[in-house]
Amino acid sequence: MIEGLDRYIREHPFFAGLAEEYVQLIVGCASNVVFKAGAYLYRHGDPADQFFLLRHGRVALEMSAPGRAPVTFQTLVEGEIIGVTWLLPPHTWSYDARAVDLVRAIAMDAKCLRDKCDSDHDLGYDMMMRFVPVLVNRLQATRMQILDVYATPA
Amino acid sequence: MSETHAADPMVPDVVRVVRTRRELADVWTLEIDPGPEGFAFAPGQFNMLYAFGVGEAAISVSGDPAEAGRLIHTIRAVGNVSTALAHLRPGDTLGVRGPFGHGWPVEAATDADVVIVAGGLGLAPLRPTIYRLIAERSRYGRIAVLSGARSPTDMLFRSELERWSARLDIDVEVTVDHATGDWRGNVGVVTTLIERAAFDPPNTVAFVCGPEIMMRIAAVELEKGGVAGERIYLSMERNMKCAIGHCGHCQFAGDFVCRDGPVATHARLRRLLALREI
Repeated sequence: MIEGLDRYIREHPFFAGLAEEYVQLIVGCASNVVFKAGAYLYRHGDPADQFFLLRHGRVALEMSAPGRAPVTFQTLVEGEIIGVTWLLPPHTWSYDARAVDLVRAIAMDAKCLRDKCDSDHDLGYDMMMRFVPVLVNRLQATRMQILDVYATPA
Repeated sequence: MSETHAADPMVPDVVRVVRTRRELADVWTLEIDPGPEGFAFAPGQFNMLYAFGVGEAAISVSGDPAEAGRLIHTIRAVGNVSTALAHLRPGDTLGVRGPFGHGWPVEAATDADVVIVAGGLGLAPLRPTIYRLIAERSRYGRIAVLSGARSPTDMLFRSELERWSARLDIDVEVTVDHATGDWRGNVGVVTTLIERAAFDPPNTVAFVCGPEIMMRIAAVELEKGGVAGERIYLSMERNMKCAIGHCGHCQFAGDFVCRDGPVATHARLRRLLALREI
């Protein structure tokens, strides 16, 4: 199982170029997970104790408010990563992640990885350099969504 | 100056609406009979459409360049003129001047991969290019059509996107900014589709049309992915009046969009797009 997981980690675009010693270090934090269509990877308020490397399927990130249908603000597909909230306290999800169809993913134990990053700052720096572009891209996408660029000009 | 159909580019031809189609809540497509000589145009060119008694507006041609006997325009009703045009009915007349401007250089994509990035109504000026690419499919490498809309109900040309998507020789990806209910497709801004698309960056030509902010980000993403700015084409929009580079209403730094555009490379536009003063 571990042997297969290290291959998935090595081949996943998010970990492209990760040094082999780090692959071997973090594979112990990884596990294979499968979600049926409609199942939730996590719900708003749950502890952010994992993040996911998507291998197959589509995941919808949703927010809901009382009296309103849930709004999907982003979908993620194979090769992408789900969840950045695990990085910083309070380590709690602030939105729902729902499998749109059958989803196969690698779940990374967040506490396990945080501990490894704490004890090896080079690994921590490597992880940060991988997560920051994800955050920046999502911030930029959110900016475009807020601007509502397709709306009819007032 | 582009070669127009009339002897005097400032004098409109009077033409008649043959058919109309409501595409979205505020978007209509007009099929116009251009007369016995037909109407030749290059993908990406625009016409000045004149709603008699109301005014003129620059509207891109959204039809098939191979069908000179049908002049097609897709119009969003946002102001007095565009609303008057959009609400024309079969049998009504309007004035047409054009075609004007530099369109999409489709021939520059020969033997190359092609990425089309459309946002909202930006798919309308790109549709003639897609028709041309499909008609000449063997001349090009991989073709990716990436289209974004505000929501599923705001998706322009949805049935055509579905038809193109069913082809095995074109990759079509559609996304919406947000969705509720039973939408099972992509959600997120259209620029996020660029990273997912399959193309060979050094041998790719990109055509991008949509709101200026979206085009700016799309061009940056394409360049980040390895597509040269000289091979990324954007279609600019400014307030055009004369359409022949005389009046200056559409001045964009040292250019007139009507005469020097509307299509230009990102290499040329990059610096100007960052200037809020223009």
